[in-house]
Amino acid sequence: MSEPLKFRFDVQGGNFTSAGQASVLVKKNLRQIGLPPEIIRRVSIAMYEGEINMVIHAGGGVAEVLVFEDKVEIVLDDKGPGIPNIELAMKEGFSTAPDNIRSLGFGAGMGLPNMKRYTDSMNIETELGKGTKITMVVNF
Amino acid sequence: MTVKELCEKMALSTVTLPDGDREIHGAYCCDLLSWVMGRAKADDVWITIMSNANIVAVASLADTACILLAEGVELDDNVRSIAEAKGVNVVRSEKPIFELASELSSLLK
Repeated sequence: MSEPLKFRFDVQGGNFTSAGQASVLVKKNLRQIGLPPEIIRRVSIAMYEGEINMVIHAGGGVAEVLVFEDKVEIVLDDKGPGIPNIELAMKEGFSTAPDNIRSLGFGAGMGLPNMKRYTDSMNIETELGKGTKITMVVNF
Repeated sequence: MTVKELCEKMALSTVTLPDGDREIHGAYCCDLLSWVMGRAKADDVWITIMSNANIVAVASLADTACILLAEGVELDDNVRSIAEAKGVNVVRSEKPIFELASELSSLLK
């Protein structure tokens, strides 16, 4: 099998003006590759949610998107505070985002649930004080 | 119905229409961005009062047909330029969300 096509982005923490840029670029690239629109939509939504989470909670991180012949893999790696209770964080509506973030329209508590909803598999590795690595897969 | 036709029928003001011939198939009303990302469908009119730069990314990624700013909300020139560059249609109205949704609902039937 040939090597996957790889896109890598550094996500800046706390920068809400440019938040989402990596996801928009991924969407553009996937469109150029010619993937089906619904696959592109799922990948870009899941990635945007992850990107915003890294901007809000983790002080930024690295996002990688790997395009294989039969799937897209999204890997989000940050050195943030980690997630204390994954079960709680996965609940729709649960949010630890501060008020100033909510006033921008974020912090609905839908980030992780949306990431799960739009992907075929999602794996969270997290360690308090060390960081979080989330791997998501969208199959074609 | 295209976004351009929608503007005429509902007397909406144009903020930027880089893709005015885009077809509309439904509508979604919400101000929480992740909620919109998760629930709005492609080709929806997204009615909101949010006007920061992030709405452009959300509309682009969720693939909505246009953003309809309600309640007379204005868009900064900077955000307007981003929308134009990303091919995201933005229109506006002085009317509240409920009224706009109700009018739109009759048009979409």
